Formats: sequence, structure tokens, C-alpha cells
Amino acid sequence: MDLRFSKEDEAFRKEVRTFIDENLPADIRERSRLGYGARKEDTVAWQRILNKKGWAAYSWPVEYGGPGWSPTQRMIFQEEIMMGNAPEVLGFNITMIGPVLMQFATQEQKDYFLPRARNLDDWWCQGFSEPGAGSDLASLKTAAVRDGDDYVVNGQKIWTSTAHNADWCFVLVRTDPHAKKRQEGISFILVDMKTPGITVRPIISIDGSHHLNEVFFDNVRVPVKNRIYEENRGWDVAKFLLGNERTGIARLGKSKERLAYAKELAREVQQHGKPLIEDPAFRRRAAQIEVDLKALELTQLRVVSAKTKEAGKADPFSSILKIKGTELLQETSEFVMDVGGPLAMPGWAKELAAMSNQPPYGPDWAPAMAGPYLMLRAASIYGGTNEIQKNILTKAVLGL
Amino acid sequence: MDFELSEDQRLLKDSISRLLSDTYGFAARRGYMAEANGYSAKLWEQYAELGLLGLPIEEKYGGFGGGPVDVMLVMEEFGRVMALEPFLASVVLGATAVKLAGSESQKSMILPAVASGQVKLAFAHGEQQARHDMTDVVTTAKKDGNAWVIDGAKSVVLHGDCADKLIVSARTSGGRRDAGGLTLFVVDGSAAGLARRGYALRDGSRAAEISLAGVKGEVLGVVDGGLPVIERVIQAGIAAMAAEAVGCMEAMHAMTLDYMKTRQQFGRAIGQNQVMQHKAADMLIAMEQGRSMTMLAAMMVDEEDAEERAHHISLAKVGVGQAGRHVSQSAVQMHGGIGMTEEYAVGHYFRRVMTFEHLWGDTSFHLGLIADRVA
Repeated sequence: MDLRFSKEDEAFRKEVRTFIDENLPADIRERSRLGYGARKEDTVAWQRILNKKGWAAYSWPVEYGGPGWSPTQRMIFQEEIMMGNAPEVLGFNITMIGPVLMQFATQEQKDYFLPRARNLDDWWCQGFSEPGAGSDLASLKTAAVRDGDDYVVNGQKIWTSTAHNADWCFVLVRTDPHAKKRQEGISFILVDMKTPGITVRPIISIDGSHHLNEVFFDNVRVPVKNRIYEENRGWDVAKFLLGNERTGIARLGKSKERLAYAKELAREVQQHGKPLIEDPAFRRRAAQIEVDLKALELTQLRVVSAKTKEAGKADPFSSILKIKGTELLQETSEFVMDVGGPLAMPGWAKELAAMSNQPPYGPDWAPAMAGPYLMLRAASIYGGTNEIQKNILTKAVLGL
Repeated sequence: MDFELSEDQRLLKDSISRLLSDTYGFAARRGYMAEANGYSAKLWEQYAELGLLGLPIEEKYGGFGGGPVDVMLVMEEFGRVMALEPFLASVVLGATAVKLAGSESQKSMILPAVASGQVKLAFAHGEQQARHDMTDVVTTAKKDGNAWVIDGAKSVVLHGDCADKLIVSARTSGGRRDAGGLTLFVVDGSAAGLARRGYALRDGSRAAEISLAGVKGEVLGVVDGGLPVIERVIQAGIAAMAAEAVGCMEAMHAMTLDYMKTRQQFGRAIGQNQVMQHKAADMLIAMEQGRSMTMLAAMMVDEEDAEERAHHISLAKVGVGQAGRHVSQSAVQMHGGIGMTEEYAVGHYFRRVMTFEHLWGDTSFHLGLIADRVA
């Protein structure tokens, strides 16, 4: 047992950090630091910079244009991206559809889609959840009926993140409504978002942002050749997809960066005539977060370095990472907002935009403080709610 | 980075685990508690034969030459059965003090005897007025000719009642809470003027209040320069006992799972209830986070940078303390009434973990230290 990073890993961390420092456009970094989400063009521009370097598909093997990094290197890379306030590479492309294509697609599909996914020529989104199928995904109803060389798709998806940005969507559809088990009648298909019959309707989130959508399918024709893997075996594909690269789910680097940011602001913000960072209650809260971050960091390292990992098979311990990681994302975003105090409360996006030609109402850090706090309430809901994660632990680890 | 055990470590863990599962049933433990020194004299000999008592002691002093990770593995196994023997007091705390501060002749006199089990050490540092303040020492030592004479009192000295030699801290200069002016001494258990009142802690393990009236002691290390050694001894103790607490958590978690599968209410096992399942999942998460922090502590015990070491040990102390509290309290709650009884093991594990949290700086104390460093 040797619990330290190797010299090579430390050198790798430095290499990544230097690259980010030297190549990340300053305005993108600053927006992220202040709490504004990356804009579409920021994500695209940065992912293309990474792709030129050969790093965009950070979890892919060399044969598909990835860097072929070890799990530890991938973890370090993600952490540096988040700590450096760089946009995260688009997960739909890199950690979701990419590995699915590598595992299940035809050569033709791989040759076409993989390089485009890497370079963000196609922006992918995920059509899984439906109004009646949230945590209970297998109850999905969107139907695909064979008609010649096409499927005709009818139904509705919901909570579809960034569908309004997307060029393609990977969708779970029901191809056999009579299958004995619900999981057995589902197929996994790739849908071009420009296909007639698709309507994307925004869902404005609790923070006022447009991130989520409803996607309606009205007689949408999808070529059968765009199906991945066998008909009615889409559940296997979905399980593979959800089981992949779960260690990134803790997003530890983001929580670390937010703690550092809260402390940085607390040196600036004053109360009782002295910087907030000197307030004992602030310091104790920062200390508790530091304890929890350290524990999660070690647990993540244990999961990442576990030698018995199979591709596409979720380590049930990654549920621990999901739960603790999202709790920390929530706690650190809350911490940042609390530093802002009353100045964190203004900021309804539309009105601020209307005010944009006037002098700012307060410091530059103020308007985007509450947004991430609000939006990250979703962290314990998406990717399998934290309650579902506990069900997984109950079954897979506790044997109850 | 590598979290896998080496072949030697696996063998070590297996051999202790086998020995303890053969000898340390809950009923047998009661018997050991009733022995003269409050632990099994026979098992102590067996530990010595296995080489356990020399685990962290250098080979040239008859030890095994192991490191903090080896100690962690052993302590975790001890935790699973709540072993009562003075391994922590003698082999971890006492031997660490001698190893760090002892002269060549002190080391070659004492360490081989510790490794063979013939001599048991205790670390007598804490005092009643000090609470968790490591530098608050009013016991004094004064030079009398060539000899040093110690006067004062030491509190909650683990296995202080049966120790053959005590490592005693005393103030040789400075004021009550000064960081400088502390010196460590080796005191013979049979020294004139030494009085010990032994008792069982809440968890059943032994400790003592010790008074010293004109007791002769031999300097261990540097006069007035004892604090850095005291700190490291306590840090080694925290790391070791954290692992023991994780062993206790494992035992409580396993017992709770068993109980959930067998205890029937309303016509089904209580473990069928999702509210119970999620509590069990929360226990698992807390335990694994605690285990991670225990690994961190083991990793940091030998860190050269004193600030870094102290900081990370504090992080671990808080992390394991909070995890331990969560797991123990859940275990009792989920057992219901039976968890409250003396006859059932859960309450004993509960008290062992409680003891860990209250020694060497509790959660609030270490959180305060971490908070002091926030920058």
C-alpha cells in the first residue's frame, strides 16, 4: 500500500495545469470563476483547443483519438480542469455516447461519429427521462415502430439538458410494447435533431437559466441503421452508458475550487469592521468542508485505483462518490452564496440583462452567486437521485 | 498510488484475524476483562510470539520493522473484536516515544523488551486540568544532583495501571501552558513515590490516574525539548486508534445488517423497510469515509513537515470522529432496545468509538485547529 501520488502523476498534474494556464481564454475563466455557467461557444471553443492537444476525449483509448490515460490521470485531468475554471468537456460526447459507440457501434458509425464527438462538431444530448419515467427509467413510453428502413418515433422526453444546443440525441425508445420484462422491449437509437417532427421546448430552471428542455417526437423518422446494438437490447446499452466513468461524478475539483473562491471572497467582504475570513463561524465551516473534501478525495482515489475494474460495469462504490460529491457541490455553492450575504440576492437574469448598459449594481462577484446554489439542488436529483444511489448500495453492497 | 496490500501485509492481516476470531468471542472478552490486568495475559504472549509486539520497532531492536500501514491493519483487526491488550499503549505510544527520543542505550534496553512483551510501556502525558491542550502540563521535574525528581499527576493514562515503565512528561522550565520547557522521562513502574489508581474506561479497557511524589526519572530525549516528540506520539496514537475505530464501525455495521435481516416486525424483516435500508447505506458511507481518513492518517504519521502532519492528522481525527459517531448512534438506533443493553456487543463498540473521539483532542477541538489554519 502506497498512498502517495507517483512522481509521474505529479508531473502530469503540472503539465495539465500549465496547459490550462497558457491556453484557456481569460474571459472564459473569469466567467466561470464568478459563477456564470459556460456558454455554448465557450464549451465548443475550449473543447476544440483540448482536441488539438489530443486531450478532449480524455477517457478514450489511443485508437479512437484519446490520450490513453490511466484512471488516475483522468481523475487528475478533470480535477485540474475544474480547479482551473475551464469548461468541462461535454460529458454527453466524451463519457456517454463515445464509449457506447466504441463498445457497440458498427465501424461505419464509429468512423463517422467519434471524431465529430471529440471535436464537438456534433453536440450530443441524452433522451432518457420522460414525464412518467424518472428514477424508474424502464417505464419509458416513447414508441418507435418499424416502417421499412425507418423507425417512426412518437412520444416525449423531459429534463433533456442542452437539447436546444444539440445536433444529435441518443434516445431510449420502446420497440416492443409486449415484452415480458419492461427492460426487454427498449432500443437505443441516434436521432438527428434536425429531423422533422422534433420540437424542443425550454424549461426554465429554478435559477432562471435555460438548461433543460422538453423534447417532443411527432412521427419522427429515424433510419434503422441509426440503431445501436440489437433491437430490444437498448437497456444493456443504457446500463453500460450509466456504468461508465462514474468516478468523475464526484466533481471534486469543482468543490475544491468553490471552497477556495469562498475564502478568496471572504478576504474581501467585511463585517464588523474586519474581513469575513476572520469570523470564527466562517472558519469552522470552511474547516468542516475541508475535512469532508479530504475524505471524499481519499475515497475517490480508492475507487479510481481499484484494480478490479471492468469497463461498463459500475463499481457500486461510485454511488458513494455520487452522494458525497453532490453533497459537497451543494454545500460549497451554498457557502459561496452565504459569503455574498444580501448582495447575492439580486440577479434575476432578464432584468440584469436589461440593466447591462447601466453601471453594475454592486461588485462583479455578486450577480452570479445564488445561481449555482439554486441550480446545484439538481445535483442530488440527476444521474440517479441520491436516494436511488442508496438503493443501489443497499442491493449491491449490503445485500439487503 | 496503490491501495492494495502487499503480500506481507495480507499475511499479517490474515494471521491476526484468524487468531482473534478463534479467541476473541464476546463472551471470552468478558473473561479477559476479569483477569488481573484487565486483558488476556495468554493472548499477550501469543502476540509476542507472532511478532506483533515488535511490529513498528526496527529490526535491529528485535522488531518487525513495519510502518504505519501495518499498525493500521493490526489496529483495525483489534477494533473488530475490541481487543483489551495494551498494544496501543505499549507498542504504539510508548515505543514511538522511545524510538523518537531515546538514546542508543535507551533504545537497545527498552525496545527489545517491548517487542518480546516482557516490558509494557504507558504514555503518561495528559493531566486533569489540561483537557485537550497538549502543552498544559503542571507536573514538574527538578534536578537533584545527577537525578531528576518528578512531582505531579497524570490523568487517563492508557494501561497506566499495569505498565512496567511509564513515559512521563513534566515541565522542566517555563509557565503552565508554554510550548517550550517540557521534557519526557522514563519512570520505572515500581519507583518510590509513584501511585497508580487503575480503572476501566467506559469501553472496558484499562487506564489509570497516576500521582508522582518525588519520583526519580531518566530523561528521554532533549531537556525542555519534549513537545515535538509528544506531538508525534499522540499523532501516532490518533492514527492507530482511528483504525481501531474503523474496525469497531465494521463490526457494528455487520451486526446491524445481520439484525436487519433476521429481526421480524409486522410480518417481515425490518431490513425490508427502505427507511432502514437508507440508514444502513448512510452507515456504510460514513464508515468508508472514515476508512479513507484512517488511510490518510497512516500516510501522514511519518510526514516530515510538522505542520502538514499535524494538519492532516486533525482532518483525520475529525473525519473518523464524526463517522464513528454516526455509525455508532445509527447502530444502536437500528437495533432498538437490544442495542441499549450491556449483554449485547453493539453498546460496547459504541463506547470504544466514543472513547476514541474523546482522547487526544475531540472533534470540536481538532475542527478548531483546522479552522485556525484557514487562509
